[in-house]
Amino acid sequence: MSFADTLTSLESCVRQRPQLKRFQSLLTPLSGHDLESLAAEAVVVTRRNFGRTMHLFAPLYLSNECINNCAYCGFSRDNPILRTTLTVPQVVKEAQYLVSQGFRDILLVAGEHPRFVSEGYLEECIAALRDFVPRISIEVGPMETDDYRPLVQAGCEGLIVYQETYDQEAYHEYHTAGPKKDFHWRLACPERGYAAGFRRIGIGALIGLAPWKEEVLRLAAHLDYLQRSCWKARFTISLPRLRPAAGAFHPRYTMSDAEFVQALCAFRVCFPQVGIVLSTRESPGLRDALFPLCITSISAGSHTEPGGYTGVGASDVHLTVRGRRVELDTPASVEAHLTPATGQFNISDERSPREIANYLRGIDLEPVWKDWESSILSPEPVAST
Amino acid sequence: MRDALAASGTEIVTVALRRADLSGKKDPYADILDFIDPSRYLILPNTSGAVTAEEAVRLARLAVSSGLPKWVKLEIHPDPVYLMPDPIETLKAAEILAKEGFVVLPYINADPVLAKRLQDVGTAAVMPLGSPIGSNQGIATRRQIEIIIDQATVPVIVDAGLGRPSHAAEALEMGADAVLVNTAIAIAGDPSAVAGAFRLAVEAGRIAFESGGIPEVSNTASASSPLTGFLFEGKS
Repeated sequence: MSFADTLTSLESCVRQRPQLKRFQSLLTPLSGHDLESLAAEAVVVTRRNFGRTMHLFAPLYLSNECINNCAYCGFSRDNPILRTTLTVPQVVKEAQYLVSQGFRDILLVAGEHPRFVSEGYLEECIAALRDFVPRISIEVGPMETDDYRPLVQAGCEGLIVYQETYDQEAYHEYHTAGPKKDFHWRLACPERGYAAGFRRIGIGALIGLAPWKEEVLRLAAHLDYLQRSCWKARFTISLPRLRPAAGAFHPRYTMSDAEFVQALCAFRVCFPQVGIVLSTRESPGLRDALFPLCITSISAGSHTEPGGYTGVGASDVHLTVRGRRVELDTPASVEAHLTPATGQFNISDERSPREIANYLRGIDLEPVWKDWESSILSPEPVAST
Repeated sequence: MRDALAASGTEIVTVALRRADLSGKKDPYADILDFIDPSRYLILPNTSGAVTAEEAVRLARLAVSSGLPKWVKLEIHPDPVYLMPDPIETLKAAEILAKEGFVVLPYINADPVLAKRLQDVGTAAVMPLGSPIGSNQGIATRRQIEIIIDQATVPVIVDAGLGRPSHAAEALEMGADAVLVNTAIAIAGDPSAVAGAFRLAVEAGRIAFESGGIPEVSNTASASSPLTGFLFEGKS
């Protein structure tokens, strides 16, 4: 049975899986007292499974070119934003900067565009980074298993693909153009990635596109399904709450801070071994409060525009209209040398990686920068000693 | 961590190679080995993260070439939810590494036949699990571990699931040669105090085992004055 089938019979699926039943029960409105007990349980479960540690990673945006139209995303093809795609040497420069900041885990992010983010490009980027970045993962448009394989072989350990919304009707309303329109192609993507050999798979739902309770229950069911069907992969989940982006999208549904904490803690206690990721979209105050509760992996000091860390690529920004590059008119073209490409969304926690690491140590959590050895996936044999 | 190590009285500390820098560049952001004094403790590299024999062998070899001892705690657990060790890949890797002269300590499910097969290929010990890693459930596999100890020609180290000092005492009372403990100490409110408690528990369990004098648990009462003693009265 595929997960698409599970989605259509979600209620009976939930009834037959004890941890999903509990998860569902934890989504009902909780009194302050009950939320406090849930949080206390989450703390215990997190420490038991992850120790006193927090993993750090950084996103590296390769390109903001995109052929999709997603109503909520700043990179949507019809948004008249400044665009660029970094060259491989520019990607290396950005990664070197991130490594100098401490990061040993880099997430390569790109919009979906076959002309700009074309065949072989990701593989080249990964190959160029693997000797100095222990862990590399990708968050790009879904691919076929056979197209993922060379990326894994090049040294890519993780695949991040969020379904955005598991509400099929809503999905079609928000995704109006491009290959992303296909709900099921995206839904089966984690399994294609697993078949290609990815070790770590991140799934998630964008909060704001559909009512949150239904959304997170479907995400939990997806996680439960994937843990059984892709039994050797480690999973992470994330609940990015939508923030303002180009295109002035206003989320249709909201999730309060209390509801956000409740849902994250529910994931923690029902899925004790799953990594929970929190990005810099959330405010410093809320992040600080969540770190000790249930979060196990965070980004810090992030930029969501290509070249955002070092300024590379700024001389090449342009507009893209109907898939074609359009140079900026003067005098903008002169200014363009100083203009970075536009970011995907605004970040809220702007503290540097060092500040975050110091904060973590202050609350007795050890920042973990390196938690993967790239030679594990290396096809090269090591001679016996 | 340093204080907890000292308080525990441990002789061996295992470190996940994926957390360490194996390039020889002394990466300050992967400095976990700097916290362990190699003159006080034997550093036992472990292969956590590997899911096949080939990957584990590669990691073990890299560890040696980066200057770590030629010892390896073989950990191959592909399933990230229960972290159950893969017996097939573990046996394969153990055979290769033992032939290469590694001191191999394999983490295994409490399977007596697997334990014997590993001893046959030359492992230096076997490390059956008490219960899933980090679960603090204690020795849920007690009956199987009793068989492993009974048949063993190498040290038996109970690894995983020991959540309390009393669990460690139980393992040593049963005749296990050592225990491996992390979570119970690492997440304790006062890790050094709990590490000290584990040290005492291990000592207590060992003394009890060596004394040989602890009777088996029985479901029936056993009168301290024998019921059939009258038969022998006046005969001695």
